[in-house]
Amino acid sequence: MNVPDGFIAVVKRDCPTCVMVEPVLQTMEEGGLPLTVYTQDDPVFPALSAVIDDIDLKHSFRLEIETVPTLIYVSGQRERDRVIGWDRDEWQRITGLTGLGRDLPPLRPGCGSLSVGPGMPEKLALRFGGAHFSSRRIEVSELEDEIEYCFERGWSDGLPLVPPTEERVYRMLNGTKRSGDEILGFAPPVQAQCTIEKVAVNAVMAGCKPEYLPLVIAAVEAALDPVFCMHGLLATTWFSSPMVIVNGPIRKAVGMNWRGNVLGQGNRANATIGRALQLVIRNVGGGRPQEADQSTFGNPGKFTFCFAEDEDTPWTSLAEDQGFSAERSAVTVISADGVQGCIDQRSREPESLVASLAQSMRTINHVDMVNASDVVVVIGPEHGRLFDGAGWTKLQVVEALHDGLLVPGRDLGMIGENGNGNDLDAVDRKLPKFRSGGIRLVRAGGDAGLFSAIIPGWLMKGSLGSDPVTKEIVL
Amino acid sequence: MTQILLDPSGELDPPQREPLPIPSTLDGLTIALLDISKTKGDVFLDRVDMHLQEEGLRVLRFKKPTFARTAPVELLQKIAQQCDVVIEGLAD
Repeated sequence: MNVPDGFIAVVKRDCPTCVMVEPVLQTMEEGGLPLTVYTQDDPVFPALSAVIDDIDLKHSFRLEIETVPTLIYVSGQRERDRVIGWDRDEWQRITGLTGLGRDLPPLRPGCGSLSVGPGMPEKLALRFGGAHFSSRRIEVSELEDEIEYCFERGWSDGLPLVPPTEERVYRMLNGTKRSGDEILGFAPPVQAQCTIEKVAVNAVMAGCKPEYLPLVIAAVEAALDPVFCMHGLLATTWFSSPMVIVNGPIRKAVGMNWRGNVLGQGNRANATIGRALQLVIRNVGGGRPQEADQSTFGNPGKFTFCFAEDEDTPWTSLAEDQGFSAERSAVTVISADGVQGCIDQRSREPESLVASLAQSMRTINHVDMVNASDVVVVIGPEHGRLFDGAGWTKLQVVEALHDGLLVPGRDLGMIGENGNGNDLDAVDRKLPKFRSGGIRLVRAGGDAGLFSAIIPGWLMKGSLGSDPVTKEIVL
Repeated sequence: MTQILLDPSGELDPPQREPLPIPSTLDGLTIALLDISKTKGDVFLDRVDMHLQEEGLRVLRFKKPTFARTAPVELLQKIAQQCDVVIEGLAD
């Protein structure tokens, strides 16, 4: 610490306690104590000979001042003692002046230091704290609108972005304890190194809060896992794109939605976490539509598709099915197209509801197609209560759905078992609509509505394409 | 004041955007001649127009209302819709 030996006081005029201790500081100076005073907002306050202007807050930042007044005792270039606010006994003890401030109240807590005001810690860390980024710094002229600039650079998904300034990225990186230099993987299609810093830059642009960053990091880690096959999922002509499902205590901690309009707009965490993943693929990986992204139609979920599961049900959660305990938070990425609604307001028995769902799921990809895309069915609360009331577990429902989705070979019509037209050998057999493990159930949605949401994924599944990947969220 | 942004990309491309590649031939392309409304610019562009037409090339003429302002969006869109390349008469 490059500070003079003796006493250091940090004050601001805007603080009534600092104004109150002005005579105390004068007494210290008159008493010949070696005293340096840093003043945050007024270079002529307090009225002393040794006042140093700290309007740029450099010294306040380096001294880690959180409250003014703060009195520090330094000896041999090392801090030996510190008193925060006005505490008469402590000020007397540290200075050795027994009568100091005897006419003042014994205790006043002081005020917040300007160096810890909103937005200041980031600014000061960048200016004086040696914060360092690996990303290229891009200068935007004062004549340009920075949001328009982000569009022009091709960084946007079509909606406005939050410009990734150094302060914002610094603040975002404070959302994780992990190092910005850590490499999460290689982002397709260009296979560019994807660091946590790059994820943070894109999370800023997506509108994330810093506390969402660990979720975004986990989603990116999952998407870059070769098992997920992000490259193929991006490049496919099919509709699919990553869908992010969040489990565990972090859902509540960051305020995610698993209730009404769960698959829709309006929740910042749901919206921006999914968008950040898409922006990482777009910007770090260079995956843009009509270039490497060859999707014929795409789907609206390619802006963002992220939600939390309702874990207040008797069923195991998606993450628990993957071996994570309910106390751990995890993110699962799954390939997903759009949402197909399924209404059943008549069923009063689980068997009947399963039959309804199965009939609706039969149309996935094509009504005559078997070995179809994997599917996620989001069971709404009202449908879920019917299963819960009858004591049906998730596994029972999944097995019943598979049983209800055996397609007679003679029905295959235009699309056979392997998608190659009529397969005469299959005519007398019953073929499964979905591969084993290809039906996944999660619970979410608003209270009213006897509906469930059917979300099919990419045609290319398993080792031929994409499998879901679950990653634990590491703060 | 200049604003600093951090590059969100994989940084495999140059920091500044590359202009579109210059076509190796003008054959078959429609050429826009854009007069920015500077005095005598039209004289220069008339001559360029004459030479291009002598080469058998298709030329369309456009004019900005004033050189002091950026081109109106309608004009930019019209050029983008109708032409492949632009020759712009800049400065004095």
